Amino acid sequence: MDKVYKRTLGIQEGVVSGFCPGCMHGTAHKLVGEVVEELGKLDKLVRVEGVGCCGLGQAYVSHDTIIAAHGRACAVATGVKRCSPDSLVYTYQGDGDLASIGLDETVSAANRGENFTVIFINNGIYGMTGGQMAPTTLIGMKATTAPFGRKAEEHGYPMHVCEVLAQLKAPQFLVRTTVDTPQNVIKTRKYIKQAFQNQIDGKGFSLVEIVTTCPTNWGFTPKDSITFLRENMLAEFPVGVYRDKDAGIE
Amino acid sequence: MAERVFMKGCEAIAEAAVRAGCRFFAGYPITPQNEIPEYMARRQPEVGGVFVQGESEVASVNMLYGAAAAGARAMSSSSSCGISLYSEGISYCASARLPVVVVNVQRGGPGIGAIQPAQQDYFQATKASGNGGFKMIVLAPATVQECVDMVYESFELAARDNNPVLVLTDGVIGTMMEPVVLPPMKSDEELAALKESFKVTGRACIGHPVGQRATCFPGSVGTGQEIANKEAEKMYATWDKDVRVEEYLVDDAEIIFAAYGISARISKAVVKQLRAEGIKAGMIRPITVSPFPYDTFANLDFTKVKGILDVEMSIPAQMRFDVDHAVQGRCPIQECRRSGGQLLTNDQVLEAARALIKEVL
Amino acid sequence: MAKGKVDINPEFCKSCEYCVVSCPKKCLAVGEKVNSKGYLYVVSANPDDCIGCAMCAQVCPEGAIEVWR
Repeated sequence: MDKVYKRTLGIQEGVVSGFCPGCMHGTAHKLVGEVVEELGKLDKLVRVEGVGCCGLGQAYVSHDTIIAAHGRACAVATGVKRCSPDSLVYTYQGDGDLASIGLDETVSAANRGENFTVIFINNGIYGMTGGQMAPTTLIGMKATTAPFGRKAEEHGYPMHVCEVLAQLKAPQFLVRTTVDTPQNVIKTRKYIKQAFQNQIDGKGFSLVEIVTTCPTNWGFTPKDSITFLRENMLAEFPVGVYRDKDAGIE
Repeated sequence: MAERVFMKGCEAIAEAAVRAGCRFFAGYPITPQNEIPEYMARRQPEVGGVFVQGESEVASVNMLYGAAAAGARAMSSSSSCGISLYSEGISYCASARLPVVVVNVQRGGPGIGAIQPAQQDYFQATKASGNGGFKMIVLAPATVQECVDMVYESFELAARDNNPVLVLTDGVIGTMMEPVVLPPMKSDEELAALKESFKVTGRACIGHPVGQRATCFPGSVGTGQEIANKEAEKMYATWDKDVRVEEYLVDDAEIIFAAYGISARISKAVVKQLRAEGIKAGMIRPITVSPFPYDTFANLDFTKVKGILDVEMSIPAQMRFDVDHAVQGRCPIQECRRSGGQLLTNDQVLEAARALIKEVL
Repeated sequence: MAKGKVDINPEFCKSCEYCVVSCPKKCLAVGEKVNSKGYLYVVSANPDDCIGCAMCAQVCPEGAIEVWR
């Protein structure tokens, strides 16, 4: 028999991730590693890491990593990519990092069409700090800073990053996906590969939003968190390609 | 053959940076330093460098962080309230030990202050440019020529220490024109070698094969932060040699002016005027306001020195506290200050000096 | 003879069971032993039914599963 699935070299050998059971950050890390390994570019890969649970990745991945200040990953990545165009640069950010404190940096980098890749993990909650309300927290969903649930009239509505960025002309590729099933993992891998290939081809800003679970702060078992993801998160955040200039999706 | 040209302070700062090898500049418009980003927008493309107008000061300084982490010589400039927004990125650069150069062309403060010149950011520059109690070398030029020389040198200091360096100037020097001699242009070969050496030190986080990865981490986990802070402290302790100070007619002086930057230029004129009247006046001008020349003040012969006049364009006075710290009450210290974009005049400084003289001589 | 084989690293497994619910042949189950982190790690309960489709490995967030076919 042949080995048909192996652990990627993009994550460190023998290292157990710091993520909670069922947290899909691990899946996203694995996919980035697999894709870039396949592209033969792990030596050129530079991770610009946001702050939050994504910070657990710096001890997990095997490639060059620059830890950005909270929300500033797209600005830091701009500096890195502009000064080192040969590097394959990606930011790895959660929803609080990318869509709240770092929304300006995200939108502006997208609007400049910066030639790097953004991996955006949307689980609707601040994980690392303990379950506070995120810009993507669902209406009615409880958070430690919205103990009675998110109310539209008080907190506004969940932030739709792909839809917001799709208003801009510059971005090359904007997609929302999830990794709840093997099929969706395979699809997400394809999207991530396209996002990195776009960068290699100099096509500009590509963002892959992955809707994920946070069993710990949602208060579910991993299996139940998948049910919640499908019934609630994906209802609010529909998966799909929001921009793909190559495919004529504008 | 040295190149002598007539240049505005801000433009001279930008050209000196380019000649020192600055190949990345990010900044955001704010008066009175706009000529620096404007000059860079024209100049960087000529030398194969990068200019980015950031969407904010916060973004600009974080772009700088990224550029430095990629091994580029990187600089940014702003003014006072803009520098407050830089504090995040400067602190991160200090923690991650990234060499960047930041120029503060000071304006009034606090808050949005005034767009006119001031020296209201002394504490911010020398004591707390961000969270975490880190230190930087802070150079305070008093002429356009010094702006050029100090900006040029600041890249070397930053690279030597792997630490941010701040050039603390103000809206007077930034916007006035003076003849300057420009330093030589660093060649592309020199810059490539610098980038390569930077990569070897493990600071540049690009191009490492799997298994040899580098991490640029503005902090640490476990006991790492304490270790990093101790390392930084060791680096700060080497700065005694970097202390720079101008002592003007201090040897026999009975009245000493303490002033930096533009205030020192004004004070110097007043010293000359007093000397012409037979009054033994002198001036101590900290050129590095961090590390501060405490010894120069502490070692004064207080049997001769009767009083010190601290001259600053800041209300309340700020540098005065460092002078106090060195003098330890051994002679009276009085202040001559203006603020909010109002310039000190010779007459005002002279008047303050006469009041001190009347009291102590 | 099974068409495939999975190798689950017990130390990497956090017992989220995403693999268990994703296996089309119901080969996998939470085992009875705990790893050093205290998780009841997943084992191949019906290895003979494994077709080596790697669906389990695809969904595994921890990169704990390697597959042969």
